[in-house]
Amino acid sequence: MLQKLYDWVDERLDITPIWRDIADHEVPEHVNPAHHFSAFVYCFGGLTFFVTVIQVLSGMFLTMYYVPDIENAWNSVEYLQSQVAHGQIVRGMHHWGASVVIVMIFLHTLRVFFQGAYKKPRELNWVVGVLLFFVMLGLGFTGYLLPWDNKAFFATQVGLEIAESVPVIGTDIKTLLAGDPEIVGAQTLTRFFAIHVFFLPAALFGLMALHFIMIRRQGISGPL
Amino acid sequence: MSEKKNNQVSRRQFLNYTLTGVGGFMGAAMIAPMVGMAVDPLLKADSSGDFIYVMDVDEITEEPQRKSFSIEQQDGWYESEAERTAWIFRDENGDILALSPICTHLGCVVDWETGNQDNEFFCPCHNGRYDSKGVNIPGTPPTEPLHAYEYRVEDGRLYLGRANPRGGA
Repeated sequence: MLQKLYDWVDERLDITPIWRDIADHEVPEHVNPAHHFSAFVYCFGGLTFFVTVIQVLSGMFLTMYYVPDIENAWNSVEYLQSQVAHGQIVRGMHHWGASVVIVMIFLHTLRVFFQGAYKKPRELNWVVGVLLFFVMLGLGFTGYLLPWDNKAFFATQVGLEIAESVPVIGTDIKTLLAGDPEIVGAQTLTRFFAIHVFFLPAALFGLMALHFIMIRRQGISGPL
Repeated sequence: MSEKKNNQVSRRQFLNYTLTGVGGFMGAAMIAPMVGMAVDPLLKADSSGDFIYVMDVDEITEEPQRKSFSIEQQDGWYESEAERTAWIFRDENGDILALSPICTHLGCVVDWETGNQDNEFFCPCHNGRYDSKGVNIPGTPPTEPLHAYEYRVEDGRLYLGRANPRGGA
């Protein structure tokens, strides 16, 4: 049945080469943990991607209940956490996944760094990778405010003061982030929400596409 | 020999099945709680609701009277007072009827005697008509009579609950 459906579409659109191009590629021996167990270090990039997928999916479902408004944000989080079926699990996935993704991206960076895999011709991919790391940190920073509890509020307060410590343009950066020169409040929350669910994910997807296209063009760096 | 080989699962097939199975299981374990969260409104049991005092029984006439009352509404994390309206009257047997003004066609609000006919409920959206008992008049858009509120009478006071379909027509 499925095969027939596939064949019907494939006959008309010739889709096989599209997915073969993505899915069919040999894993070099030095990258395969079945040959050398130490090759598990090559897993961290893939694990980062896997956790990112979990973050995107769980985040999409969380927005079904969350409201970015200072009156209702905390209540909506409390509601989805305590009243909604599996809400605790899904928010738990997003909460813990946020930390796990930083750990994974860091381990991946360490591997690339200590293997010298960033060297010519892969310098550009290193640059994109570092940008991805910053985007991830931005996602962590903006997402932290959203539950609008005390921890979120004061962590953001501190984060904004750090931004303010930038020479010359610091005050402007802070105002731009918080939406108000003095108050961390209603406008800060909507800004952080917009950045967290629209702007940074858009940047993330674009950079990830570049990252993956480059690695497929250049291949994985050779054995040490 | 070759016949036997044909029935065997090849290494590649075995691996394919195993990976699809394990991967599918892991994916399902990941997605299941998220879907559960999305369909939560379907899983919630609907609350029966309180009965609210609306008017005194001896004030009820044969002519429908429009009465408003407010109920405590819990909408997820948001609590509010929601306005409800009822058309309250006695039928020829002296039984109390409290009708919801929500048109059974598409949910507009009906009014008493605002159409061309006297003694009828009328919905301005698509000219829906109901007779004096709130039963829809055949040939007009509504498909069933106006819903009726559950009611209770205590100490000569009328209390209304939720509006339910009446069936018929």
